[in-house]
Amino acid sequence: MIRFENIYKKFGKLEVLNDISIRFDIGQSIAIVGPNGSGKTTLIKILLGMVLPDKGKLFFEDKNIFQTHAYRGNIGYMPQISRYPPNLKIRQLIEMMTEIRKSEGWNGDIDEDLYEAFELDKIKNKPMGTLSGGTSQKVGAALAFRFNPKVLILDEPTAGLDPIAAEILKDKIQKERAKGKLVIITSHIVSDLEELTDYMLYMQETRVHFFKKIDDLKDQYGGEKLGKIIAFLMKKKAYNTLETILSKVKQ
Amino acid sequence: MRKVLKYVLYDILRNKFLLGYTILLLILSGAFFGFEVDPGKGIISILNINLIVIPLVSIVFSTTHFYNSYEYLELLSAQPLSRKTIFFSQYLGVSITLILAFLVGVGLPVIIYNGDSSGIRVILTGILLTLVYVSLAFLAAVFTRDKAKGIGLSLVIWFYFSLVYDSLVLALFLNLSDYPMEKITVLFSLLNPSDLARILVLIKLDVSALMGITGAVFQDFFGSTNGLLISFLALISWFLVPLIASFRIFNKKDL
Amino acid sequence: MHFQKTYHLYFKSVLLKVLLLICLVVSNIFAKKINVKNKSELLKAIQECSDGDIIMVSKGRYEINNLTINKSIQLLGIGLPIFDGKNKGEILAIKASNVIIKDLRFEHVGVTSSIDWAAIKVIEASNVQIIENQIFDSFFGIYLSASQNCLIKNNQIKGSPQNEQNTGNGFHAWKCDKIRVENNTVEGHRDGFYFEFVTNSEVTNNLSFHNIRYGLHFMFSHKNNYSYNTFDNNGAGVAVMYTKMVTMKHNVFKNNWGSSSYGILLKDITDSEMENNVFENNTMGILMEGCNRFVIKQNDFTKNGVAIRMQANCESNELTENNFKNNTFDMATNGTVVSNTLNNNYWDKYDGYDLNKDGIGDYAYRPISLFSTLIERMPQTMMLLRSFTATLLDKIEKVLPSFTPENLKDINPKMNPFLNFERA
Repeated sequence: MIRFENIYKKFGKLEVLNDISIRFDIGQSIAIVGPNGSGKTTLIKILLGMVLPDKGKLFFEDKNIFQTHAYRGNIGYMPQISRYPPNLKIRQLIEMMTEIRKSEGWNGDIDEDLYEAFELDKIKNKPMGTLSGGTSQKVGAALAFRFNPKVLILDEPTAGLDPIAAEILKDKIQKERAKGKLVIITSHIVSDLEELTDYMLYMQETRVHFFKKIDDLKDQYGGEKLGKIIAFLMKKKAYNTLETILSKVKQ
Repeated sequence: MRKVLKYVLYDILRNKFLLGYTILLLILSGAFFGFEVDPGKGIISILNINLIVIPLVSIVFSTTHFYNSYEYLELLSAQPLSRKTIFFSQYLGVSITLILAFLVGVGLPVIIYNGDSSGIRVILTGILLTLVYVSLAFLAAVFTRDKAKGIGLSLVIWFYFSLVYDSLVLALFLNLSDYPMEKITVLFSLLNPSDLARILVLIKLDVSALMGITGAVFQDFFGSTNGLLISFLALISWFLVPLIASFRIFNKKDL
Repeated sequence: MHFQKTYHLYFKSVLLKVLLLICLVVSNIFAKKINVKNKSELLKAIQECSDGDIIMVSKGRYEINNLTINKSIQLLGIGLPIFDGKNKGEILAIKASNVIIKDLRFEHVGVTSSIDWAAIKVIEASNVQIIENQIFDSFFGIYLSASQNCLIKNNQIKGSPQNEQNTGNGFHAWKCDKIRVENNTVEGHRDGFYFEFVTNSEVTNNLSFHNIRYGLHFMFSHKNNYSYNTFDNNGAGVAVMYTKMVTMKHNVFKNNWGSSSYGILLKDITDSEMENNVFENNTMGILMEGCNRFVIKQNDFTKNGVAIRMQANCESNELTENNFKNNTFDMATNGTVVSNTLNNNYWDKYDGYDLNKDGIGDYAYRPISLFSTLIERMPQTMMLLRSFTATLLDKIEKVLPSFTPENLKDINPKMNPFLNFERA
């Protein structure tokens, strides 16, 4: 479904992605994990076209999508922080997004599950600027799922939500997984990942460290909990770094 | 483009600052025309609004708006929209609303009190100046991700074109007073959009005085049809060039 | 006794007048009315007429050059007959007094560099009247030389200007006294009205426009009155020189554009008055050089580049109760102007306040700005006119005056313009 081929990216002198090649397939539910600065966000932004790679190719359904935009009609994206034009009402924001989709080969499906579950209809005439962060997140979530996209990209989806809303969202994600969609999630809440994903893409120092089935990973680490495994991976990296520094000092 | 623009316009039109700006302009121009017995003197005060207030508000408002919309721009860029649509809907949204504010706040009073050719010039150059400074604001905004830097940069641009440039030109004239500088004044005028707008108005207002200058290159140029055409084209390129440049940067920019 | 003598004198003067009247009536009885229909009839009539005769010229075209009238006759046109000079020379020369020329049309007076050929020339005569004639395409139009008490009225003079060299003046008077010039229109000549050594005369209600050089030009012409005239869009405006005791009232000077073009140039004019005139859209409203005791009062200065330029050699002039509106610069000078009075004028650029509400601003107005001084020295700084920088300079100069003349100021600037001026 989605294929990264030798993607490189630098911000100025800082290398953020180094030779990334990876394939995501329909039906997979993927957790992207890694320490801060490992390139997770950049990878997603490249996928969404917000960041342009320096080198390499990106295919969506076998089409090179470099500087095109139609493919994004198949993606539902929920950003980590949702900020919208403050004077637009919820209703208008949804209207606008609908109009944007209309022209780009959208099949016309509308999924109002979250809209209803979050009871957004009651506040649909409120301007976005007056909403709390949590409510903004709800609007963001409702928008991401609304057009029944083949791919869902969720950036820290439960971070700003209250527990009830978080549960509703997680249920919705499970439901979409069951329909066989490609779901990509970044999150620091490991329990969420354990619950919602079956693959893990572990990024470290601008590279893909591994991309594995979570079950395989657990087997490899002798049935440990995912949280422990991730903690171990990150510590190991820290230890490695310390070692290199020490060896340099010795020299 | 139109569908996005519609909502950008809807959002900015409800902006309280913009409303305040319109009312401020209305009060200022009402005062200038109302308290002056002579509409001719009012138009000179309006010219000062055009040269100081319009550029300042246009550039600061646009830069601020751009940074405040950054997350929204990100979200839009994750939609099936081209960067072009996103960028120009923002540009048009901001400039259309600022021009509307100008037309209501300045254009209307000018038409009512002083609808002659100098009044028309004031309105025309006011619109063009708004476009120019919105373009420059966008250029400043795509230049850096840092909001404080971006607004600082746009203030520097405003300050440069409003005061520094003219002072430099004056200093140059004073130091090179022995050299013939007549022809070069035309070039100097073309290199500053605010100066261009000012000269395009005063060529109407102060025609009697301009005719008195020996050498007459300056007034021959700006008074002639060709000169007029060139200066309006120059003013138009003053907003098109930064606009295209900022779009090119935005198009390749990592959000 | 005393009474008797006065009575006697009175009786004598009445008797004289009665006698004069009888003479006139008698002469009129003997006066003939001659109708002419062609050139030879006209020439014959002029040859054979005697004082008091009236020659009626029928409609038609008469090719005439250098026709001299030396008897006191009237030459009247019927249906505007045309005297055509065929560009060969002068048309009419009047060398007798009491001649009346009326309702004729003159065309095509020749051009020469040595003689001032004119359509109508009056030489050493008095009481000549030139009324309601048209003069087209002539080198000079009406030319008065050493004549007195003449009346020039309702004539229309229109030249076809090629350049300053081969176009003469529309109306030209040299060494005349007590003439009246009324209701004439002159356009397309070198100078519209030209006076040299003309005294005690009245110039009223004339219109002078589109002349190559000056709309009005006089020198050494004392004690004349100019009123209700309009001078519009002449090459260099109006220029008057070396004259005393001139009065100019209710005239309009407008649309004179160019680097050496003036509403009016006053050079060495003394003991004169200028009241109730309008100066509008001139590059320079008034340029004063070497003027003394000149009163400029109740005039309107509107939309001029510089309303008044007073050169340093001007003294004891008075500028009061004028309106200055929408001029780019109100005043200019080339040095330190002394002992001229500026008082009680309205300056639209004055930004002072009036706390005691007496209609007079509470501090003085200085009509010369630093920026205008700068433009004088460096014309290229005109580029910065009305810029923020220029305004800033002027404000600084206002607080710390250092370049502009200290003593040229209106200590009683009016807060509001005068509205009730009498206007033409």
